[in-house]
Amino acid sequence: MIRTIETSVLTQQISEMCIQVNHCLSPDMEAALKNAAQTEVSPLGKKILGDLQKNLKIAAGEQIPICQDTGMAVVFLEIGQDVHFTGGSVEDAVNEGVRQGYVSGYLRKSVVADPIERINTKDNTPAVIHYSIVPGDRVRITLAPKGFGSENMSRVFMLKPADGIEGVKEAILTAVRDAGPNACPPMVVGVGIGGTFEKSALMAKQALTRDISKSSPVPWVADLEREMKEKIDCLGIGPGGLGGVTTALAVNINTFATHIAGLPVAVNICCHVNRHQTREL
Amino acid sequence: MDKKIRLPITEETAVSLYAGDYVYLTGKMYVARDAAHKRLSELMEKGKELPIDLAQATVYYMGPSPARKGRPIGSAGPTTASRMDKYTPALLDNGLRAMIGKGKRSEEVLRSIKKNKAVYFAAVGGAGALLSKCIKRSEIVCYEDLGAEAIREIEVEDLPAVVVADCHGNDLYQTAAKEYEKPEK
Ligand code: SF4
Repeated sequence: MIRTIETSVLTQQISEMCIQVNHCLSPDMEAALKNAAQTEVSPLGKKILGDLQKNLKIAAGEQIPICQDTGMAVVFLEIGQDVHFTGGSVEDAVNEGVRQGYVSGYLRKSVVADPIERINTKDNTPAVIHYSIVPGDRVRITLAPKGFGSENMSRVFMLKPADGIEGVKEAILTAVRDAGPNACPPMVVGVGIGGTFEKSALMAKQALTRDISKSSPVPWVADLEREMKEKIDCLGIGPGGLGGVTTALAVNINTFATHIAGLPVAVNICCHVNRHQTREL
Repeated sequence: MDKKIRLPITEETAVSLYAGDYVYLTGKMYVARDAAHKRLSELMEKGKELPIDLAQATVYYMGPSPARKGRPIGSAGPTTASRMDKYTPALLDNGLRAMIGKGKRSEEVLRSIKKNKAVYFAAVGGAGALLSKCIKRSEIVCYEDLGAEAIREIEVEDLPAVVVADCHGNDLYQTAAKEYEKPEK
């Protein structure tokens, strides 16, 4: 059975999501930040985490965005293969949702139309859209606006198979160390291991949208996530990069098959304002 | 140590500040980021007059989200300071006293801070709603065409910040992480 969905529904949903994610974090992010404010040992770090608690309260209560960099909108669309869209192009509908959300929600327009000419598009479009076709007749929309303080510190490493797991660990630590205070720690670290050059980067981005209270279902990956969070916290970077034991709120890792000759590792760094929301139609 | 500071920051005040001090700033400051810095630096290169008075000035590296009705400004946290590094020494040589941003500065900027008895503060990155509440007034001074990147003058009350680089040559980003770093197990 083919299910018909009007593209205007996408617009409506995405517009609401843009506004919501910029004012409220997901419950897992909120819980991790609250917990960190308790466990941090550096007095300055504790104070900063306390400021972040106040910030979240003001953002939600007075509808002021959590961060002024309300990001570039990244949209993941998982489309059931039995869905038929009517009422115009899906891409246009998504961008219209971003436009409406960013304009009516008083969000910052941070997108330039061309990377060299750099003229602001004034409505935060276009979004970066990733489509996938899945079985069924549902549509899952995940919106994850990304701030560029942390995006700029993200890296792809094309390791050699001989570098192995130790090489992967070193790559993650290198990216986090270099990011330091620039990425607004405490960070969430999204990692993609395997695939090709672009697949690793996409996995790293997707990893950031996963609930940070849940670890990977793959046992060795879950172990690596735990070990890397601990190692990152041992770097001492701390809240705001001003020293402390809370540097990462979580490390989320996704993996995929790869080529006999390669070991791609992508590290997508996100700040403590790790915004994302998923809705299903 | 917590300190309350009135703007403009005098040389005497700058000298009294040390990396790690938590301060609350009150008074007037400018807001400028990438595109505005580029324009200011082009004017300085040509020896033309600047649209803002840099003497003892404080510049906040920030590009706010739009203000809702009845509010002076939207979310208003710091942006990454290193993107302004290229332009900063010339501004400091022209009287700029203090900068507020987030993230590491270049060696050249740190040297210029020392030479000019200036100071670099970090505001909490990603705390734009909290910082917005400290801003009582905001008006665009010039470059309105730059949108969120226009130069503004804002009036702040008890805006919290941390001294990262002082004029005594200290850089908190370099020292603080070492203090909490744990050797590999
Ligand atoms: S890195 Fe994140 S918290 Fe920091 S300014 Fe950018 S969006 Fe905001």
